[in-house]
Amino acid sequence: MSNDESIRTGFYVCHCGHNISDVVDCTAVARYASTLAGVMVSRDYKYMCSSPGQELIRQDILEHKLNRVVVASCSPLLHEHTFRNAVAAGGLNPFLFQMVNIREHDAWVHADRAAATAKAQALVSAAIRRVALHKPLQATRAPIHPDVLVVGGGIAGIHAALTLANAGKKVYLVERQPSIGGHMAQFDKTFPTLDCAACILTPKMSAVRSHKNIVLWTYSEVAKVDGYVGNYTVTVRRKARYVDENLCVGCQECIDACVFKVPKFPDPFNLGMSMQKPIYIPFPQAVPQAAVIDPDRCIQLKTGKCKKTCVEACADRKAINLNQKEQLLEIKVGSIITATGFKLFDAKRLPEYGYGRYPDVMTTIELERLVSSSGPTGGELRLRSGKPPTAVGFILCVGSRDMRTNRWCSRTCCMHSMKLAQIVRERTGAQVTVFYIDIRAPGKGYEEFYDRSLQQGVQFVRGRVAEVSDCALSPDEAGKLVIRVEDTLAGFVRRVPLDLVVLAVGMEPQADAQEMRRILNMSCSAEGWFLEKHPKMAPVSTFTDGVFIAGCCQGPKDIPDSIAQAGAAAAEALALIDAGGIDQEPNTAYIRGEECSGCKSCISLCPYAAISFDAEKQKAVINPALCKGCGTCVASCPSGSIGQNLFEDQEVFEEINGVLDYV
Amino acid sequence: MSDMNWQPRIVAFFCSWCTYTAADLAGVSRFRYAPNVRIIRLMCSGRIDPQFVLCALADGADGVLIGGCHPGDCHYAEGNFKTFRRYRMILRLLADMGVAGDRVRLEWISASEGERVKTVINEMVERIRALGPLDIPGRFAACDSEILESADAIRLPQCKETHDVVPEVVHG
Amino acid sequence: MRYHYFPGCSLKGLGRAYDESLRPVMERLGVELAEIDDWNCCGATAYMSTDHCNACALGARNIAIAESSGPGDIVAPCNACYLALNKTRNCLAGDSATRAAVQKALAVAKLTYTGTAAVRHPLEVLVYDVGINVIKRNVVRPLKDLKIAPYYGCQLVRPHCSFDDQWNPTAMDRILTALGARVVDFPLKTRCCGGSLTGTAPEAGLRLTHIILGEAQRRGADLIATICPLCQFNLDSYHDQIARRWGPARIPAVYITQLMGMAFGLPTEQLGLKRNFLPADKLLAAT
Repeated sequence: MSNDESIRTGFYVCHCGHNISDVVDCTAVARYASTLAGVMVSRDYKYMCSSPGQELIRQDILEHKLNRVVVASCSPLLHEHTFRNAVAAGGLNPFLFQMVNIREHDAWVHADRAAATAKAQALVSAAIRRVALHKPLQATRAPIHPDVLVVGGGIAGIHAALTLANAGKKVYLVERQPSIGGHMAQFDKTFPTLDCAACILTPKMSAVRSHKNIVLWTYSEVAKVDGYVGNYTVTVRRKARYVDENLCVGCQECIDACVFKVPKFPDPFNLGMSMQKPIYIPFPQAVPQAAVIDPDRCIQLKTGKCKKTCVEACADRKAINLNQKEQLLEIKVGSIITATGFKLFDAKRLPEYGYGRYPDVMTTIELERLVSSSGPTGGELRLRSGKPPTAVGFILCVGSRDMRTNRWCSRTCCMHSMKLAQIVRERTGAQVTVFYIDIRAPGKGYEEFYDRSLQQGVQFVRGRVAEVSDCALSPDEAGKLVIRVEDTLAGFVRRVPLDLVVLAVGMEPQADAQEMRRILNMSCSAEGWFLEKHPKMAPVSTFTDGVFIAGCCQGPKDIPDSIAQAGAAAAEALALIDAGGIDQEPNTAYIRGEECSGCKSCISLCPYAAISFDAEKQKAVINPALCKGCGTCVASCPSGSIGQNLFEDQEVFEEINGVLDYV
Repeated sequence: MSDMNWQPRIVAFFCSWCTYTAADLAGVSRFRYAPNVRIIRLMCSGRIDPQFVLCALADGADGVLIGGCHPGDCHYAEGNFKTFRRYRMILRLLADMGVAGDRVRLEWISASEGERVKTVINEMVERIRALGPLDIPGRFAACDSEILESADAIRLPQCKETHDVVPEVVHG
Repeated sequence: MRYHYFPGCSLKGLGRAYDESLRPVMERLGVELAEIDDWNCCGATAYMSTDHCNACALGARNIAIAESSGPGDIVAPCNACYLALNKTRNCLAGDSATRAAVQKALAVAKLTYTGTAAVRHPLEVLVYDVGINVIKRNVVRPLKDLKIAPYYGCQLVRPHCSFDDQWNPTAMDRILTALGARVVDFPLKTRCCGGSLTGTAPEAGLRLTHIILGEAQRRGADLIATICPLCQFNLDSYHDQIARRWGPARIPAVYITQLMGMAFGLPTEQLGLKRNFLPADKLLAAT
């Protein structure tokens, strides 16, 4: 404990409504704190983070001439900032403050009042001992590079990029596929308005292409990210497209001229329901409207022995460049918006539904392509036999809300299936039955959409489907797909013969979400969705400053929510840029020159090359601008001559002593 | 301290980015766990000086729990690898001092693994409970008084500075 | 390859043909089956639901004897035994109270349960230990004109199947293909055969048996291949009753080991084929 007589600490314990006080005896904690050395004021209060709570601190600092403040409330990751500001408002240096986490780490995880109170007291004792050693510190302000990187060119990425670009910021939009548009480009119509997806998406896609503030890199991936908020260096891998996007006008003559007379390779955009050539444009509205060559299928690129009719057809435009190589480009940005989206659940993982075994069992996205006028059948819904369907069933929650696969609700499948159900009824007049667990229609106009489905004669059967098979037990089942399901409202098992079964497959994190997470230094939830900083208060921020998330990479959501989140992420990035700079936690390490023996053991430990060696003085030197404050060098210095602001050895020792105070 | 009322005392050092956040998540998720662990936040598990661990034990902790990001996930690129190396060294030191290595545990817990915080803390508390009290301060005191007594007996000047640790008897 | 062999009561009774065919087939494939000395009831599914602890003790005794007589896993060909013994193992691994009680009971007989020997089904051994290629190499009379519906029954895959898919197991399909037979796509692979309901509530039980037989017939199968004595019994024994209620669905059900024996060229009389109520004429004719 410091012997400094002048330490005057103010201590505050927060009830957090009942969140803390239900388990921790806050009055006892305040009483205990008042007995500790240096404590001049000790109070408990209902809501410390409220304005009156903060005002209490400010007033006490002035009245009682406090020079240290400790607040015991929630996690410092949530409100440390709030209270530092309150301390500063009282005229104190904001770093003469320490926070104690007695909510997340105590009241919320324990039930025994006595034990929880004792734990709170020990944690408080640690903070009060520690704060006495705190020194006034100055936060450094880092400049923010005004350019922004948006990763992913689905609807979320497109919207974020346009918002930023319209605000005058330069945006790099990086998309892995040869065209932007994402999943939305595959949709025929959108719920609940049933407006044409292409009609509302295509103008935004073209706007991206023509916007002077947007650099669009399709067929590209983020390979590496270095740096920190305001100052990221990003390496982007631009895959070889073998066609110069700027020269190609999308006339498709090369495609017509390809030595493959008929398209013979499955077209991923139509999920293999139509074919494409080795040189192709992904879909009619693709942006950029430029061909791309698949190196695994192009004869020239595979064997070097092709007549290269495509090059001939392109003639003077010379857009085709079969010698194009992958490029690595380095850019500087100040913030990054991640909008990398989702992948669909693989229905083959549930063999009882027969996907992949019965040709007329398909997924919602396949049906989407089949009813789309730009799809493989021009919008005509046919069974694989060529006949129109007369009875269609939708199975909901395939790969969602299922302990065996994914526990989460994918949020869009109910509405998506009802939309398709309405389209199928409208186009074919078929009987449509939706097999559901619960219908979740919680958005604006969504419940009304459900009503409309009912009015249009869509049948709803509540029950989880047991299996889809082609085993007929009666003549009317012969030649049909039969769904076995327990109708939980009627209370018996039904067998429903159908000729088309549609599986409403759920959403999953992208296969390489973990890799992306590492590149951007983010966190993932246990399921693999990118983790927001706070589920309510910071839904588009991440734990890495300057990296924001939008759309389905954060969790399943529909188009309106994705766009709302993309707008929010863009606004967060704008706020960061227009603030002009960001205060950095002054937790940097420093060398006490007179003690340093010049052994150099710290130098190789620093991942940021912030430590150099002053050959003249034979001492190590830390560059505070490069130091990120991990403290690894501090812990390793054999002579103990490295200190770390906010985490000094003595401060930690006091904390250890304090937490072992058992009252 | 009577054995009847003895409760394990455990000091935890958690990195701010992963394990401390995971402990916050455990709170938000209302996972109940034993109240015997007191968490100290550091920016990175790489900040953990072996002295912190020894100091905690010397000040009366029965066990020390270290939490960091999973290998490859460190917010500071590689701090947790340094932690791992130091942890191996700490275990060797403890062995030399006669303290059961089980008393100091290193765990990688990511920000999303709130439930794992609960499991690890509960396991740790049970493990320490099985090992029994370490009580190094008590042993220091006993050692000091023994030395004083023998010093008296042979009429030598007092020697207060000797701090040898009596090897611990590992239970079970 | 040496295994402890737990035949179970069925293979000494109604399912004798399974035991008779399994032994020479395994021998041909170089698998040694050492019958567990003084084995007793597996614990049985019915007993398990009335007295869990005692049922576990019964199963554990078999496992403990096997474990004490040398290393190796246990092969349990009857699906019910396979399930009951695996349930016992899972329970003893997770439930320390039951484990203690069971150990106490076993100690009286100077036995200890260690849980080291896994309980495995012959299908798993055939596909993963022996290997499809070895099976294929032993085929001397391919079953090439036979269309066979593979029927696994419910207990092999539920609740815990460690080696095959729960909804669409394929181990038997792969063996049948290796024997040269044509495998009928059979979606009712794991549907209930009627179980003991064929005896206790025939109205319900026989209907289920009929569904299996009828579907196999509709799909043009010549034979149903089984791996469980109760399934085989149900599918083989009630043709007349089923025919009276729902119309004829006379399709023979044989054990996969009998089919393997025929394909390996083992003498027909060694394979217990004469025990079938509905003789597998086509199979006999094909060879």
